Amino acid sequence: MYAYDELDRTLINERVSEFRDQVKRRLSGELTEDEFKMLRLQNGVYLQLHAYMFRVAIPYGTLSSKQLRRLAHVGRRYDRGYGHFTTRQNIQFNWIKLSDLPDALADLADVGIHAMQTSGNNMRNVTSDQWAGVAPGEVEDPRIWSEILRQHTTLHPEFSFLPRKFKIAITASEHDRAAIKVHDIGLRLHKNADGETGFEVLVGGGLGRTPFIGKTIKPFVLGRDILSYVEAILRVYNQYGRRDNIYKARIKILVHELGIEKFSREVDEEWKQMDGGGLTLDHSVVEEVRSRFSYPPYEKLPHMPDELKQAAADPLFERWRKNSVAPHKVQGYSIVTLSLKPVGGPPGDATADQMDAVADLADKYSFGEIRVGHEQNLALPHVAKRDLPKLWRALDRLGLATPNVNLVTDIIACPGLDYCSLANARSIPIAQELTRRFANHDTAEMIGRLHINISGCINACGHHHVGHIGILGVEKNGEEFYQITIGGRADEHAQMGELIGPAVPYAEVADVIEDIVEAYLALRDRPGELFVDTVKRLGVEPFKERVYATR
Amino acid sequence: MPLVKNARIATDLFVHVADGAELPGDGDVLVSAQRLLDDPETLLKRPGKVGVVWPNNRAVDDLVPHLNRLAAVALVFPSFRDGRAYSQARLLRERHGYDGELRATGQVLRDQFVFMVRAGFDAFDVKKDADADAFAETVKRYSVFYQPTGDGRVAAFNRRMQLRHSESAGQ
Ligand code: HEM
Ligand code: SF4
Repeated sequence: MYAYDELDRTLINERVSEFRDQVKRRLSGELTEDEFKMLRLQNGVYLQLHAYMFRVAIPYGTLSSKQLRRLAHVGRRYDRGYGHFTTRQNIQFNWIKLSDLPDALADLADVGIHAMQTSGNNMRNVTSDQWAGVAPGEVEDPRIWSEILRQHTTLHPEFSFLPRKFKIAITASEHDRAAIKVHDIGLRLHKNADGETGFEVLVGGGLGRTPFIGKTIKPFVLGRDILSYVEAILRVYNQYGRRDNIYKARIKILVHELGIEKFSREVDEEWKQMDGGGLTLDHSVVEEVRSRFSYPPYEKLPHMPDELKQAAADPLFERWRKNSVAPHKVQGYSIVTLSLKPVGGPPGDATADQMDAVADLADKYSFGEIRVGHEQNLALPHVAKRDLPKLWRALDRLGLATPNVNLVTDIIACPGLDYCSLANARSIPIAQELTRRFANHDTAEMIGRLHINISGCINACGHHHVGHIGILGVEKNGEEFYQITIGGRADEHAQMGELIGPAVPYAEVADVIEDIVEAYLALRDRPGELFVDTVKRLGVEPFKERVYATR
Repeated sequence: MPLVKNARIATDLFVHVADGAELPGDGDVLVSAQRLLDDPETLLKRPGKVGVVWPNNRAVDDLVPHLNRLAAVALVFPSFRDGRAYSQARLLRERHGYDGELRATGQVLRDQFVFMVRAGFDAFDVKKDADADAFAETVKRYSVFYQPTGDGRVAAFNRRMQLRHSESAGQ
């Protein structure tokens, strides 16, 4: 966990008081909606279809139980008793009153939570691996660097009015759980031949209307130079990024138009002039941040405790354990994923009561710590293996033990037409229907790892391009249609999915997905071949045939 | 548009001279970038100070050779959403050592003052009277800053190190 100090707390409180004043000026009419819009966005407040929506930052997806309880409180007190965890390791509340927002922010500030820059054309919440600090084989805890970047980019006086929003993601593991290749800047922590720690820097990735995989701009930047390097990239982007057309304003377009070589020369030129300046990170500064991350006092525990051996006789427990429990870097501990994807439920939703209960379980079994992943699930990062059976029973009672993590019903979906003013089509009901179709666990397990991602419009909040199966809502003559792509992925082998053919109407989507899955089962070369690998080997043709032959 | 300078409302001593219009015989003038670059010598020879309005889509490199003879540089915020002038301001102050008046013009609102001050602006063509009145109060809103900039305030990373040192010295 990271502990905010007096300076961090002061800054958050100052921000709350500024926003209270801004809301007051808006309510009195002193600020026009146009002037206020940018200010509210910088505090995570959207105006949606039915109400204001409030997006709260969960930097690098780490929460304490106290913080989670406070999020539950906000859901209960100012909203309708629930919250929605998103692909950006944020939580959103969909029904909040403008006049309540300063109080909600103040309640959150009490426990070191804020909503700064969760929207607007500035640096967004820095995201990272939800298993950071506990994943076996990690170079080091990437959250130390995420936190350094979080601080540096918060209320940055040069980069708070960029051409467009800006997102950074960091990973320190070989297996990329942070989707760094589809971010404006992706950072991969690794060690060079001399054993020094630094970053591979990728730039210009992103989804949305014009999807791109990020390109490597520098294979290695030392940790101490990472702030100046990021600042150089941003300065080039701030000056040359397009502002004439919001669809072309993201850094990916600048990188694409200039070409990565020319862009990287510009950045290097800028960086050279900043070299050795105030942004070079002193070893002691990094260590100071590191020292404020605390790690649990792990016990020395057996690799295979008796409790686990006994519980193995229960097939339901075993099914959940195989699906939801991952290895931990410390012997005797595990990382447990809590599925927020029950059959028939909206992906990522949690009730205030569930949040409170998860906070209690975290106190009991995970040293008071919770993680939020970009797949819209939660995790308890430090569970002693001997506690797994008890934890499972408790989660099951809460509806949080659906054994479908990474399976076909672990669907990522944006809010779509149910909440979002930009949507062309519904997302949530499609996800709900698919979870019902594939509710049979044995079938789902036979299918294996398969990610379905759904977005209600081209903005790609549901990451449809990088879903193994991607579903994108489009509108045709006032009706909801869906384009289907296959073969996308967001990990270290990230790529965009390929379209399989014409868009299909709402009523047919679930059938089409079933056809695709059946085709895969018939086409895979062995039970272990993943869906994406089969698509890679065979291309989209055989799937297209299967889907459109009968339609 | 009230001008705020040295944290209080001030009179603008610069006369804005449109391109093509005749220059007054003396007094301080504010001219366009093009006018400055077309004939810097004539401008700088006349009695009175010279300031320039530099557009936000032109690299400040072209301005640098004239900097030490200019009394004011006005940078432009065509809308409050367009933040290019923040980069220009920091480059002028921190990289090129410009220490004359650096003026923010255009859509200059209260909620940007802190950012502008930190980027190096010290004069503001404020859009609304009420915002100009609130200047002194508004810029005091924050006492903690995460990034080092040319305004000389100690950023949080370094303040913590200082706090640590003074704590250990006091023990
Ligand atoms: C409900 C209100 C929402 C609105 C109005 C909204 C708006 C947008 C817009 C306009 C874009 C396109 C930006 C661009 O590519 O330039 C976008 C992209 C995105 N949004 Fe949302 N969004 C909403 C909710 C969400 C939710 C709930 C999530 C997560 C589940 C989310 C995560 C994302 C992500 C990951 C992108 C990806 C595009 C990228 O930057 O590569 N958004 N959103
Ligand atoms: S993808 Fe479109 S419909 Fe879905 S949340 Fe984003 S903007 Fe709204």
